[in-house]
Amino acid sequence: MAANSLNSLQAASMDGVNLGVLTAGMVVFMAVLHQLSFEKPLYELEERLLKLESQPDPSPAEKESMRRMRVELTQMTRERYSNLDPWQTVQVSRHPDRPQTPDYLELVFDEFVELHGDKAFGDDRALITGFARLAGRKVMFVGHQKGRNLKERTECCYGCAHPEGYRKAMQKMEMASRFGLPIICLIDTPGAYPGIGAEERGQAYNIAVNLRDMSTLEVPIICVVIGEGGSGGALGIGMGDHVAVLEFAYYSVISPEGCAGILWKSSRHADKAARALRFTSKDLVELGVVDEVVPEPLGGAHRDHFKMATTLKSRLIESLQGLESLSSAQLLERRYQRYRRIGVFHENGPV
Amino acid sequence: MSTLENTDTSAKSAVKRPKRGVPEGLWLRCDGCGATVFRKQVEQNLNVCPECEHHFYVPTSMRIRQLLDPDSFEEWYAEMSSGDPLGFADRKPYKERIIDEQKKTGMKDACTVGRGYMRGRPLVFATTDSAFIMGSMGSVVGEKLTRAVEKATELSLPLIIVSGSGGGARMHEGIISLMQMGKVSAALARFRRANGLFISVLTNPTMGGVAASFASLGDIIVAEPQALVGFAGPRVVQATCKIDLPEGFQTSEFLLKHGFVDRIIHRSEMRSELARLIDYGSR
Ligand SMILES: [Zn+2]
Repeated sequence: MAANSLNSLQAASMDGVNLGVLTAGMVVFMAVLHQLSFEKPLYELEERLLKLESQPDPSPAEKESMRRMRVELTQMTRERYSNLDPWQTVQVSRHPDRPQTPDYLELVFDEFVELHGDKAFGDDRALITGFARLAGRKVMFVGHQKGRNLKERTECCYGCAHPEGYRKAMQKMEMASRFGLPIICLIDTPGAYPGIGAEERGQAYNIAVNLRDMSTLEVPIICVVIGEGGSGGALGIGMGDHVAVLEFAYYSVISPEGCAGILWKSSRHADKAARALRFTSKDLVELGVVDEVVPEPLGGAHRDHFKMATTLKSRLIESLQGLESLSSAQLLERRYQRYRRIGVFHENGPV
Repeated sequence: MSTLENTDTSAKSAVKRPKRGVPEGLWLRCDGCGATVFRKQVEQNLNVCPECEHHFYVPTSMRIRQLLDPDSFEEWYAEMSSGDPLGFADRKPYKERIIDEQKKTGMKDACTVGRGYMRGRPLVFATTDSAFIMGSMGSVVGEKLTRAVEKATELSLPLIIVSGSGGGARMHEGIISLMQMGKVSAALARFRRANGLFISVLTNPTMGGVAASFASLGDIIVAEPQALVGFAGPRVVQATCKIDLPEGFQTSEFLLKHGFVDRIIHRSEMRSELARLIDYGSR
């Protein structure tokens, strides 16, 4: 596992976004037009349609051609998005317009009371935590934050959390366990931050503690990968009773760029690595690692935040209801077994 | 009941086993001081350079001889071998890679677990060996360690895991490998709740998903001198920070200074020091 966030950030620049190099050595993508290359025909058709629609008094022939174009657009979108290859999926999961944690906080939850700080070092903006209300229920919320603009992105290191972020998350979750609040974790990170300070402050240690201690919390934990599920940085808030993944999110042991860099000797082979790693929502269900795929609106979550949030909300409520009836002993045993059974090996051989 | 020593001799007669990490030949060039040293002398010195105390790689069978009482080790699940959950292939299919690694190292995978005695003290003992796909953790490493932890819980024995994993979670098994981190850590949570003593021994290298799971979860964490230990690889950190890494970055000494290691122990002292620590952690 390499928390190769830099590579994944660079990769975001490879398609439809412009690259600029900025402070702290982080590579920053400045959106020119948030279009992915495979979306181009869609945008072109959309543009032609818009032009027609903006004309006053369209003729019956023009009306008919607009109708046809709308049908075509829907079909084309459906067709493109039902055949995304794994590398395209990664690009969608990193789409700059894709809804992020703050969007869901606003659209899914009735209230959010942020609780800052790890009471030891600082307040990591890459992981936000606090009390929230979900359809009347009190819950503890934990989620990665990537940032929308340059200032935010710099503040929260593009969603790459530091040790203090994982420590903060664990403290709030431990409190939730004592107060009987279910925990909801939204995962969206290229990986935990790979920096000097992060190593000095025990990145490995703090993630490890979260894996261990999340497994002992006596309240339901629901984890949803909403965009990027980047390795240990994702799992550090990902030990749940119910783990879901959005349709075009991915969840991987290593970024495709990092994997390509090591095994294919160049991050340019990220598409090959993306295919080999089998980390799309469909793969994750087949491999028995996630429990549910949350469908995205036609053409991806970035096209309709509201619809995405509505779907997610109903799924969250449903999964919570399923877990609420379990005693804490049942919950703990179930969670233990959920991870215990994962692994593919031969007891004797075959070689 | 098979001891690893026994398995060793039988494996040795079947396949010639070059020791990866320590090149063949009468002489060795030391990574620590650059001196050319007589191999025999290094081996007699627990694979430590007689000139500069550099700690060379130690294969699992030798580690067991160094740390446990003679012939006391009973290996468990010795035949366990990895599946290929993804049908993974980079420049070589994973299935082939596994077979090649098995031939090269004489091991079935990177992890060895079992029970033994350390200066008369019974314990559950496990290692990860960096010679096998960089000691990375896939299903076999995750499963063997989890079973070892569960056994230690059941038998109320102390647990020692010696880590040597430059590879972290094994890429070739994808997300399944990542989940092994959670699996072993959850087992360690139960062991901890049962007041079991876990001593984690960090050796060169312990990185990534191994560092970010069981290797960091010892009640006591000790390290060999100058071992590379960290979350992200130094090259990735360098590429992110774009400044020169500080002297001794991610070494055992760096971790000790920043508060993440309890003791740094020279290999020649390891056995007696661990035995002493076990006594403090036993009721
Ligand atoms: Zn030397």
